[in-house]
Amino acid sequence: MAKKRTVRTIPQQRTPVREQDPRERATNFAEVNCGYSEAEALLESQRCLFCADPVCIAGCPVGINIPDFIERIGAKDFRGAYDAIGRTNLLPAVCGRVCPQETQCEGECTVGDSLEPVAIGRLERFVGDRAIAEGWANLPHIEPAGRRVGIVGSGPAGMACAADMAKAGCDVTVFEAFHEPGGVLRYGIPDFRLPNEVIDAEIANLRRLGVKFQCNTLVGRLFTIAQMIDEMGFDAVFIGTGAGYPAMLGIPGDSLNGVLSANELLTRCNLMRARDFPAYDTPIPLGRHVAVVGAGNTAMDAMRVSLRLGAQNVTCVYRRSKAECPARAEETHHAEQEGVVFKWLTAPLEILGDDKGNVRGMRCITMMLGEPDKSGRARPVPVAGSEHEIDCDQVVFAIGTNANPVIGQTSRLRLDKRGYIETDADLATSMAGVFAGGDIVTGAATVIEAMGAGRKAARNMKAYLGIREPGCDLAAATIFGIQASERNFARILSA
Amino acid sequence: MLATMNDIQEGYGFEIVRRQDFSDVTYLLEVRHPLMAKAARPGQFVIVMSHENGERIPLTIADFDRAAGTVTLVVQAVGKTTREMQQTCQAGAHLHALVGPMGIPTHIGDARKVVCVGGGLGVAPIYPQARAFKEDGAYVIGILGFRNKDLVFWEDKFRACCDEVILCTDDGSAGMKGFVSDGIKQAIAAHSDIDEVIAIGPPVMMKACAETTRPHGIKTMVSLNPIMVDGTGMCGGCRVKLGDQVKFACVDGPDFDGHLVDFDDMTRRLRRYKEEETAAMTRWSETCRMESPQTTL
Ligand SMILES: Cc1cc2nc3c(=O)[nH]c(=O)nc-3n(C[C@H](O)[C@H](O)[C@H](O)COP(=O)(O)OP(=O)(O)OC[C@H]3O[C@@H](n4cnc5c(N)ncnc54)[C@H](O)[C@@H]3O)c2cc1C
Ligand SMILES: Cc1cc2nc3c(=O)[nH]c(=O)nc-3n(C[C@H](O)[C@H](O)[C@H](O)COP(=O)(O)OP(=O)(O)OC[C@H]3O[C@@H](n4cnc5c(N)ncnc54)[C@H](O)[C@@H]3O)c2cc1C
Ligand code: SF4
Ligand code: FES
Repeated sequence: MAKKRTVRTIPQQRTPVREQDPRERATNFAEVNCGYSEAEALLESQRCLFCADPVCIAGCPVGINIPDFIERIGAKDFRGAYDAIGRTNLLPAVCGRVCPQETQCEGECTVGDSLEPVAIGRLERFVGDRAIAEGWANLPHIEPAGRRVGIVGSGPAGMACAADMAKAGCDVTVFEAFHEPGGVLRYGIPDFRLPNEVIDAEIANLRRLGVKFQCNTLVGRLFTIAQMIDEMGFDAVFIGTGAGYPAMLGIPGDSLNGVLSANELLTRCNLMRARDFPAYDTPIPLGRHVAVVGAGNTAMDAMRVSLRLGAQNVTCVYRRSKAECPARAEETHHAEQEGVVFKWLTAPLEILGDDKGNVRGMRCITMMLGEPDKSGRARPVPVAGSEHEIDCDQVVFAIGTNANPVIGQTSRLRLDKRGYIETDADLATSMAGVFAGGDIVTGAATVIEAMGAGRKAARNMKAYLGIREPGCDLAAATIFGIQASERNFARILSA
Repeated sequence: MLATMNDIQEGYGFEIVRRQDFSDVTYLLEVRHPLMAKAARPGQFVIVMSHENGERIPLTIADFDRAAGTVTLVVQAVGKTTREMQQTCQAGAHLHALVGPMGIPTHIGDARKVVCVGGGLGVAPIYPQARAFKEDGAYVIGILGFRNKDLVFWEDKFRACCDEVILCTDDGSAGMKGFVSDGIKQAIAAHSDIDEVIAIGPPVMMKACAETTRPHGIKTMVSLNPIMVDGTGMCGGCRVKLGDQVKFACVDGPDFDGHLVDFDDMTRRLRRYKEEETAAMTRWSETCRMESPQTTL
């Protein structure tokens, strides 16, 4: 047996990943991070210590057995690695690309105490990409449970819930308002971070599980949640409609031409393919000097898309400092490499227009960090007399989102005071048989958290429907006051 | 993904079952969508993509037939997409995407005497509202405005559901000579007890209507048509100003209090893609000319 690895014996450097050259990539939409080759993945897998107490697992929102899959990579058992991840994470190729690993698994990793942590995200992506290339999928034997489940919204929350319910033998239909499924993965996150082929592959896997997709369906307006249960024959419904509804700047000049939300810019560019205008009909505003307000993932995407659309310079305006910047570290780093100018500790006061109503600049004020606020982050306070102007002809705002109102307007579901859907700890809403999860419950969060919520809702939905979790012993518990011996499991009936 | 997109279309089938031309720029499309025909209410709209590379454009539901399972759209050819649709959207053809009904339905409240004003193409979307008020037992005055008599359509449909119809043309070639705002003045003079005015049409026309009723303090609702993308409240492209508030027309509207709407702001924002729209139109016209010999073969 090989000697036990220690921090001293493993490769000291994190295996670098090939990336497109910053100058070149800032002009195209091809993927920036090229991913590990097999040799690189094998090398990086040598850096895992297989800790007795794998703290990385605790850092993962869905608890992937990380040392297990890394060990399988090391043994060149890539299929095994895929199955190991697949037990908890449905979308490795997506999550390996977009998870904020530095604050999750990699942030906890023991190796990170003295060296750079194991590149868990890159390894996960390697496995996910291999699975897509090989056409692997976890297609279990599915016994029909005789139940129909409706899923509203095809983002990561809806996809995860759909997959689990389909595996439990339910007849699952996903309803999506847009003409293509995927949620933010499709319309928000650009191709150079998450290529469409990856999303297509994940959707195709869901179809192989028997999940049906109905796009062009605005639930609430075409039919209501209550109608799904009462008239359309769904036994349970999951709502994963996302946060949507961009927050406005609320400063003078914010309706000038050339001021738009990051969501609008990204949707036009990614989903509607406006970057290929006029081959595609949707136009996109092309700024030469673009200012982006905010510094989250959405803001970073807006900046990097603007560069690729031909902007000469892109400035990020953020009222806190780099330390508080909420984007994934890799995105901020890539944006810097590509030439985005960061104006930390700067807040916009007013957008200035010309006589035609177009943006010509933005008046800003310098901030400094004061006492911590409720979120625990230092509160930015304006520095007196520091007003200044930035020249720009386009302002993109990405300062957060509010709850999408459509489901609230059209149902009696209980909402919280900000308009998000209220659920109990089991993600059950105030309507019987209706569950909700993802951004529409928590407010804007992450792909992995939305996926985790979809899976959690699925577990509770199965209990609600009386479907037994394979390998899970329900005999111990009473469900809704019914003893195990009295339970009429639908799948037992139909078998 | 192509095959899968086809499945989805087959799921609901967006087949154009009837097409009628009102003039050389205005045409009607009746599209099969039984679920939508059931759900549609006056004041709501749809978003259409005519083909895979197309733009998502909003169109008001001008009529719906629950028995036949169809919704009716009336389109004015103003730019690339709507002109291209004028050529391609024949009976039997399919729309790539059709989603709706979107927006908050018009509130058919307790108004007992209402004036429904349609200007130009706005005549089509005001029709379901006039009909709904009539069915609700209100006294309905329809005011229809067109540039000239050749553009007039649906006068008969309005005569069938309104207690009075005032037809206005800019040149006086049909009905009274004047704008719809003149028609409103005439209606206000004849009826002192008008509860509500509802106006749909180009922004300038809706603004004129709101200004006409403002001195009389008559509640005036308008249906706004800013540029939209998703129609689900996700992009904020459709935002409009009402006093000092910002609203998203697609989910908070499209009906708003005309006395509060900042029409100048909306008109300016409607022009924000002027350059691209013109470029698309020019390019499209040129390719049409190049391709037309082949299509006639
Ligand atoms: C630009 C951008 C970049 C991001 N980058 C990252 C990142 O790098 N890493 C990360 O972890 N997270 C990132 N996030 C956040 C992450 O994408 C979201 O937290 C996650 O997608 C939420 O998933 P969801 O399933 O709850 O909703 P969504 O992904 O928002 O999906 C909801 C879907 O429901 C549909 N829908 C809404 N209403 C209805 C209705 N009434 N009827 C039918 N369908 C409806 C919507 O059209 C949409 O497709 C980013 C977000 C954005 C906007
Ligand atoms: C709620 C709503 C209901 C509408 N109902 C109807 C209707 O029943 N019949 C009808 O003919 N038209 C209607 N419109 C307007 C219609 O959507 C536009 O005429 C159409 O999008 C123009 O596209 P185009 O490519 O042909 O023209 P373009 O060359 O793109 O534009 C021509 C004009 O249309 C405006 N416009 C462009 N894109 C949009 C857009 N996405 N949304 C709104 N306006 C736009 C532009 O400001 C410009 O003035 C409605 C718009 C809204 C918002
Ligand atoms: S904490 Fe790091 S070294 Fe330890 S098992 Fe997890 S990935 Fe491997
Ligand atoms: S059209 Fe996007 S928010 Fe209204």
